[in-house]
Amino acid sequence: MIRKLARFVGGYKKEALLSPLLVSLEVVMEVLIPLLMADLIDFGVELGDMGYILKMGVALVVCCLLSLFFGALCGKTSSIASAGFAKNLRKEMFHKVQDYSFSNVDKFSSASLVTRLTTDVTNIQHSFMMIIRVAVRSPIMMIFSIVASFSINAKLATVFLYTVPLLAVGLVLIMRFVNPIFRRGFKTYDKLNSVVQENIRGIRVVKSFVREPYEIEKFTSVSQKIAGDFTKAERIIALNGPLMNICAFGSMVVINWLGAKLIIQSGGTAMTTGELMSMLTFVMQILMSLMMFSMIFMMIIMSRASMERVVEVLDEETEIRNPEHPVTELSDGSIEFDHVVFSYAREAEKPVLDDICLSIRSGETIGILGGTGSSKSTLVQLIPRLYDVKSGAVKVGGVDVRDYDLDTLRTNVAMVLQKNVLFSGSIKENLRWGNENATDEELVEACRLAQADGFIREFPDGYDTWIEQGGSNVSGGQRQRLCIARALLKKPKILILDDSTSAVDTRTDSLIRQAFAEKIPNTTKLIIAQRIASVQDADRILVLDDGKISGFGTHEELLATNQIYQEVYETQFRKEDL
Amino acid sequence: MPPVPTPKGHNAASTHGKVNFKALNKKTVSRLLSYLFRYKFSFTAVLLCIVVSSVTTVIGATFLQTIIDDYVKPLMVQKNPVLDGLLQVIFTMASVYLLSTVATFLQGYLMASLGQKVQKQVRDEMFTHMQSLPISYFDTHSFGEVMGTYTNDVNTLRQMISQSIPNVLSSIITVLSVFVAMLKLSWILTLCVLLFLVLMLAVTGKISMNSAKYFVAQQSSLGKMNGYIEEMIEGQKVVKTFCYEGKSKEEFDRRNEELCQNATNANTFANILGPVNNNLGHLQYVLLAIVGGAVAVYSGEALITLGSIAAFLQLSKNFTRPISQISQQLNAVIMAMAGAERIFALLDETPEQDEGYVTLVHAKEEDGILTESETRTGLWAWKHPHGDGTTTYTKLTGDVRFFEVDFGYTPEKQVLHEVSLYAKPGQKIAFVGATGAGKTTITNLINRFYDIADGKIRYDGININKIRKSDLRHSLGVVLQDVNLFTGTVMENIRYGKLDATDEECIAAAKLAGAHEFIRMLPQGYDTVLSGDGSGLSQGQRQLLSIARAAVADPPVMILDEATSSIDTRTEALVQKGMDRLMQGRTVFVIAHRLSTIRNSNAIMVLDRGRIMERGDHESLLAEKGMYYALYTGTVELE
Repeated sequence: MIRKLARFVGGYKKEALLSPLLVSLEVVMEVLIPLLMADLIDFGVELGDMGYILKMGVALVVCCLLSLFFGALCGKTSSIASAGFAKNLRKEMFHKVQDYSFSNVDKFSSASLVTRLTTDVTNIQHSFMMIIRVAVRSPIMMIFSIVASFSINAKLATVFLYTVPLLAVGLVLIMRFVNPIFRRGFKTYDKLNSVVQENIRGIRVVKSFVREPYEIEKFTSVSQKIAGDFTKAERIIALNGPLMNICAFGSMVVINWLGAKLIIQSGGTAMTTGELMSMLTFVMQILMSLMMFSMIFMMIIMSRASMERVVEVLDEETEIRNPEHPVTELSDGSIEFDHVVFSYAREAEKPVLDDICLSIRSGETIGILGGTGSSKSTLVQLIPRLYDVKSGAVKVGGVDVRDYDLDTLRTNVAMVLQKNVLFSGSIKENLRWGNENATDEELVEACRLAQADGFIREFPDGYDTWIEQGGSNVSGGQRQRLCIARALLKKPKILILDDSTSAVDTRTDSLIRQAFAEKIPNTTKLIIAQRIASVQDADRILVLDDGKISGFGTHEELLATNQIYQEVYETQFRKEDL
Repeated sequence: MPPVPTPKGHNAASTHGKVNFKALNKKTVSRLLSYLFRYKFSFTAVLLCIVVSSVTTVIGATFLQTIIDDYVKPLMVQKNPVLDGLLQVIFTMASVYLLSTVATFLQGYLMASLGQKVQKQVRDEMFTHMQSLPISYFDTHSFGEVMGTYTNDVNTLRQMISQSIPNVLSSIITVLSVFVAMLKLSWILTLCVLLFLVLMLAVTGKISMNSAKYFVAQQSSLGKMNGYIEEMIEGQKVVKTFCYEGKSKEEFDRRNEELCQNATNANTFANILGPVNNNLGHLQYVLLAIVGGAVAVYSGEALITLGSIAAFLQLSKNFTRPISQISQQLNAVIMAMAGAERIFALLDETPEQDEGYVTLVHAKEEDGILTESETRTGLWAWKHPHGDGTTTYTKLTGDVRFFEVDFGYTPEKQVLHEVSLYAKPGQKIAFVGATGAGKTTITNLINRFYDIADGKIRYDGININKIRKSDLRHSLGVVLQDVNLFTGTVMENIRYGKLDATDEECIAAAKLAGAHEFIRMLPQGYDTVLSGDGSGLSQGQRQLLSIARAAVADPPVMILDEATSSIDTRTEALVQKGMDRLMQGRTVFVIAHRLSTIRNSNAIMVLDRGRIMERGDHESLLAEKGMYYALYTGTVELE
């Protein structure tokens, strides 16, 4: 997993490698300082040699400045490397997601993809910076300090052989105990958030049913659990401080005692006062860096969940890809379904579409009717190859859709989805999604066809009106018409409207259909609708029921033979006393 | 429709800026402390532990002077040194450190539960209070804003209580005691330390300011970036159908590059701060040694001893570290304070007012006289206590009347104008009109989500302001267009309508609503767990569940606000039978986009811009050839 992520350093390798190097240099300086200091005290202060004090002093100041320089430089390189790393990672993920097929997106759900691309990447970026700065710094600091302390006095330094493992084992044990509790705690936290989330979103339901006490009870019980878990975890973590103290203070006391004894007994030959002081400095440096290391380690473990989630996105195989020798010409808008079976899940017991056979001539207008869950949308989504069939084949212009170049296929098959989305930007910009190079005249023409020109002109800014994210500042009917216009700009050979005029009034709806018939007669049109009126005058009407074709024919034929069609007709026109 | 929430408050970016001391509002601080004071014992104990551990650490460091000056130096030159005195000092030192360790442990242990207790208390209070807030609160506060208070603000608050406050306190105490200890050791070196401190503060202040500036830039481009990601991924299917992947990648790369730039700048300054502080500490250490050494050399240990230089050097590190710690924590404290203010703002919101005293009771009727019943009888009555001590009972029938009601969500914009209407028990009343005409608003007034500005509403002849809100709402069943389901099984979701409903009752309600069929097809039937607001279900299925939920509550009055809008007409026809059974004997208010569903209403009100324009049944309205006629024949867009 780490290796997989490591390759995103690419392009920032220099900085990523330089950072630990610079940090090591900084550490060397920091270790040198107490060593030189010992000399300054012993030969300068103790002997009263002012010249020596100054000489060593200058050397020390230089060390400090160098250390500062290296440290600051590392700060810069590490931030360049980590920001660059995050940039690469984010880019790769976004590009990958852009190439996802519908089924890939369904698998993750968009909300989860968004979190993975935002929060998770930020978490990883943070850990990465920690790794190249602190995670390298701490062990190096520890090793250098231990070496230095042994060089001063090996006998005294043996203290570290006891305290360092003690601290290390202690820290590992603490982490061992705390980690599962934290994991559990964070899960409960998610639950708490979802209780609040659902409560806020459904506040009208809560209030209507007078369920406030019930909700409060639900919340406090989860809240209680979190408090319990985290108290436990934090109490264990609270052992960190005393453990550190025992090791640090213990080492100090022992070094003070043994050191002082040594100086006194040897008369200052085996050890000096200055050296004693440096030893004391090293105690803090060694133990602090071990402590830091354990903290960083903990952080990295915590960000593991994020890493896993990110790698999942990267590892996901795009299910729909261009064939090796794609067909880049689409001759006409004829469609053929040849024994098509389809299901969303890999091992669904019952297929969503079952053995569908039908053939549609180029330029025909086809209405599609069917109840909730009769797989109307699924059927049409197979035509621009948004999903791949499980068995059988879908052919457009006589060629299997799997043999086309995806761009060619999807440019020629325009689809207006049930869930219409407009993007933040002007109306013009939104329309040009259909065709980047469309002239203003072409835009207006498409909008006229979709019966959108009228209301667009009524906006104070006309075609330059700014659309909010998701198109929330235009009404549902207007949004649907804009989406139709956007699709028309592709000048497609096949146009699919998936219940795209449900919010449009019946008169406008019929005007749109009329315009289609007059202005784009050669385009094959597939119209999914709830209203019989919307499909009544289609060349043929397809009636779907539970993933199977129940009827396919003209309005009159179906009215005479198809029971479902009759029922739908009746619910809509019965007692019609106009 | 209620006014669109305006995003306000929660401006996290501003807290990254300059340290703003004004944010330390006195009231907020004292209110926050009052939470801590509720746990007087643990809080005092924690304070005590902090004092003990800080002071003992400092005292421990001064032992070095005694060891060097009083023992090492004099004993060094002796032939047969006696180490008893030294051993004693070492023992004292060890016990001081032991005390410090115990205090540190106790502090951490107590703080863990104290911090969590306070956090839980704040959280629970917030949620409990939020349940009492009127709907208008949720209209004027965006979802993200309220959510943010629960997640970010409570979290920063906990961090402040369990980390920042103890840290700052111990830092202050350490600094003070170190200062005293340093003064005792040498006033000359102390002066040096102070001078150096000024330099240090100046440098770090400068760096922090730069860092803050770039952090704001980073936050803003991160926000833009995330917004773009969200928009593109939400609209991923449209992106695919338009082969827009290439362009969206391009735009993404541009924003990504900008974010990378700002992130590099922001992190560079933040990263530099650490080494700068650290190495300035070293520099000070070195300078002290030089100055100390020089003073010792020239004054011949009259002003300063070797031992005191050694001890001083040790102490000086303990002086600068807490100071840089305080400056780091300060930002966290200010952020937490801003969070605390938002939390308190939520807690200070005025809850829904309820002066109602008329309650809903089970009743039985004998010889035309209503009496209260202990058990469910199917008959309900309003219990109406009067000022003179008497109590009368009125049968709950579902008679709702509006008398010249005026209403606006905000005082500036009136939404309903002189609306008068009546619904007799068992009648079906429909509202028709464009978005914003005031249909939903009328139903919102019946269950008192909002209070009217003028006029009156009577329910079974009682002014609804006199009815206790919870009882009023118990008598009304509501099915809304936007279905909200809760995490839990299908059964639990239906049971939400009546918590003590048996499984059989729930299933019967599901059958009535026409939901039984599809529920049976779910992997675990009624035990299928729904999560993420029932994301696995289609909009139509969700609506059926929501109808079942209202059915199990069995209220005498029902409000159906576009309850079947996402159900296709054929299924609707099947559901309709159940719905008709559901509506039987109840007063029902229906809002429907699809006019076919309201044709059989007793009365249809056509609303336009908050006024009732036409009223009558289907036939008479068609005959009128007015607005309803235009809508019905589809010449006007209903949106």
